[in-house]
Amino acid sequence: MANLFKKLFVKEVQEVQSEATTAPLSDEQINEILIESHKIEPAQFIVGCGRNVGRQRTNNEDALFAHASTIAADSKDFPFGIFIVADGMGGHNNGEVASEIAVRATGQYLMKKLYDPLFGLSPHNPDESLQEIMRAGVVEAHRMVTKHAPGGGSTLTAVLLIGTQMTVAHIGDSRAYGIYLDGRMQALTRDHSLVKRLEELGQITSEEAATHPQKSMLYRALGQGEPSDPDVFTASLPQPGYLLLCSDGLWNVVPDDQMFNIITSAPSPHRACQNLVDAANAAGGPDNIAAVLVRLSD
Amino acid sequence: MLLDRYEIQEIVGGGGMGIVYRARDTNFKAIRLVAIKEMISQVTDPMVRKNIYQIFDREANILATLRHPSIPHIYNYFTVDDRAYLVLEFINGKDLDQILSETSTFIPEEQILTWGIEICDVLEYLHSTKPEPVIFRDVKPTNIMINTSNHIMLVDFGIAKLFESGQKNTMVGTQGYSPPDQYRGEATPQVDIYALGATLHHLLTLRDPRLEAPFSFNERPIAEINKNISKEFIAVVEKALQYESGDRFQNASEFKEALIAAGQKTGTLVHTAFPTASIARTSGIKPLWTFRCEDEIRGTPLYHGGNLYAGAYDNNLYSLNAANGDFNWKYPTDGGISGKPTIHDGKIYFGSEDNLLHVVSSRSGKVVWTYFTNGPVRSSPRLGQGHAFLGSDDAHLHAVNLSTGRLAWKTEASSPIRSTPYITDDRVYYGSEDGDFYCIDFRGEIKWRFRAKRSITSSPVVYKDAVYFSSLDGILYSLDANSGWVIWRFRMGKGSISTPYIVDDKIFVGSADNVIYCVNAQSSKEIWRYTTDHQVTGSPIVYKDSVYCGSVDSHLYCLEYLSGRVRWQFLTEGPITGTPVINEDIIYFGSTDKNIYALLA
Repeated sequence: MANLFKKLFVKEVQEVQSEATTAPLSDEQINEILIESHKIEPAQFIVGCGRNVGRQRTNNEDALFAHASTIAADSKDFPFGIFIVADGMGGHNNGEVASEIAVRATGQYLMKKLYDPLFGLSPHNPDESLQEIMRAGVVEAHRMVTKHAPGGGSTLTAVLLIGTQMTVAHIGDSRAYGIYLDGRMQALTRDHSLVKRLEELGQITSEEAATHPQKSMLYRALGQGEPSDPDVFTASLPQPGYLLLCSDGLWNVVPDDQMFNIITSAPSPHRACQNLVDAANAAGGPDNIAAVLVRLSD
Repeated sequence: MLLDRYEIQEIVGGGGMGIVYRARDTNFKAIRLVAIKEMISQVTDPMVRKNIYQIFDREANILATLRHPSIPHIYNYFTVDDRAYLVLEFINGKDLDQILSETSTFIPEEQILTWGIEICDVLEYLHSTKPEPVIFRDVKPTNIMINTSNHIMLVDFGIAKLFESGQKNTMVGTQGYSPPDQYRGEATPQVDIYALGATLHHLLTLRDPRLEAPFSFNERPIAEINKNISKEFIAVVEKALQYESGDRFQNASEFKEALIAAGQKTGTLVHTAFPTASIARTSGIKPLWTFRCEDEIRGTPLYHGGNLYAGAYDNNLYSLNAANGDFNWKYPTDGGISGKPTIHDGKIYFGSEDNLLHVVSSRSGKVVWTYFTNGPVRSSPRLGQGHAFLGSDDAHLHAVNLSTGRLAWKTEASSPIRSTPYITDDRVYYGSEDGDFYCIDFRGEIKWRFRAKRSITSSPVVYKDAVYFSSLDGILYSLDANSGWVIWRFRMGKGSISTPYIVDDKIFVGSADNVIYCVNAQSSKEIWRYTTDHQVTGSPIVYKDSVYCGSVDSHLYCLEYLSGRVRWQFLTEGPITGTPVINEDIIYFGSTDKNIYALLA
């Protein structure tokens, strides 16, 4: 398995090379050099998605959106992606409606503002900053959810991927993780849940948090009250590695190290998502499950 | 706008009874600022409402009769609809509660002593007003402001009371600062004396009495908490804090005399004049050495191998021994030197307003070669890939071959380039005076370009895939270094030519709005800000757990890296426009007072 990764991720190859002595090259080393000579531009990424109702609910209130494209030309040469996970809440069918609207409204806004200008004879960068656009997208989603799913609410975790960086807008308790091949699995987002807040304030321990009866109570969500103030930040991509977006139906029941093993051992992001959903259901599948996994090679 | 006269500018505070605004009195052409206290009653109970109005009314009437330098003037008192307004002198400064929460170290004894004497002075005045004394009844840090001249102002006369002897009242005041007799409803001068004692105890020990059991000061002896305080001063404070009112000072003038006597005995009162309201260490910092040039130093020195290299507006580049400031050599050019020199392979590279890039031997100060541009060079050279990159007022970025001293290529901009280029493995980034920002490759071809609304004199910094710089348009920018997409914009109060300094995902930058900002690089959220008394044009630098930055107000500031609290400040005799450098706990910087300073960091 380790060899496969060295083949997939060129950075590993370079590190190995730098340690090489003057001794004759091993077959493995020669193989790696051959692979590097086939390196193509631009950098690319592969996306997988999984969405499942789980084993205890009858309707699926999780929604997701994944868009990936690559532009390789003289003036612009970079991958572009928009990934969103939303987890709805609220009685009747409002939860399903809210998360679907949240995903559609955000996706539409971002595509129009960021994707359309890349085409045509004179592609141009948008006038507003990426973070301003992401914020405006969340405000638009909030407006649409309030209008079309009154009483409903939704989490929203949206990642805009351009080149080597990602800009994240986040509200609620869905999560984005950066996963590195050296074993690090970092939650990039912070849950806006009451229980997480209590834990941050040192009022309860993480063990108490895991079994707390009000585990899913949020203090910030789309469609609830005042226009929501999302967390927005920009960071370098976990490259080489993975970016995972998921709802609490996954992270609540599958521990981090298990998720890490599933993701890094699967042959493709698509298969990894399937295995993540299976793992959540094997753990009881108490909630809807949504996951978007992006594999980033260097 | 209130009464078509007061233009509300911002909310400056809020208390139990309402909001305090800063406003401008438009009856005057000159800018006259006032504080307006607004009392909105959301209380529906008519009795409570009436009571609140009475308190407000009382404050207005008490203030109208008082005249003392430590009591704000009252200008007006009126009601509009359901709201009552009190127009007062605007006090520019901080209250002692803010000062307490911002300090991490003990406040100097002489400072607390001076404040204590001033508070006694105003209490003495209040207690002696005719026909009836005024008892303030709520002496505590939040009600004592320190204005920008470091004098105290007593604010919030909401519960001050004209003393009527023998009359019992309900408890008012603030738990922790109020004496036992006040809990019994008494309002005598001893109440204010105890509360001042409690306030001084809080200032000396930094232990907040609101968080402790009432009347427990004797369980927190000052001498055990703060060993620097003289026993004379402690004795005075302890007398004011006696449980029985009869054991305290009998009046404020007795208290004041005792404080003055304590100060004179210990010698602390000899030098009480503090130049600013800052509570930080301002004096007592002695430079390790200074070196005087013949004209201003506006740029940034370079430390290398035990020597300091600095350019001055007397046209010379100086080489000094960094340990003692001894003169090694100077090299004359024909123009002022504003940038920061750089060193490579025993040679110093720097630009001058004589249009040249100079390259001199770091050992002898003898010229090795020069390179001519068609305009003054204010940008500092950067070296990479065997070339020196520098901007010039001739509106070109020049790439000069280090081994031949000849031009490799130059890229045209539409205006002078004063920003210093940033070099990465395969890109060069720089700004220009008409607001264009460029990313070019090592062949001089433009990869992308971005336009700010005004000039970019600040030098860019690349950090984790993003490039950061500030502009005279008042914005700190974060751009994707590969594509030039704007990631975020952070708005400052005014334009900036300060170069950002970045460490641990925190950006430090100065601005013409006098502020040193600390901003999160990922989210553009402000972490803290520190306001100096003039523009900040140089760059902050971080060393260990401190931020060092000069200001046009002539001070070099040392701030806490995490909080922005001032640790110390050092006054020079002219604006500091460059950036300090630090090596092994010694900080070096130049000032427009013509001196180069070396201080312990």
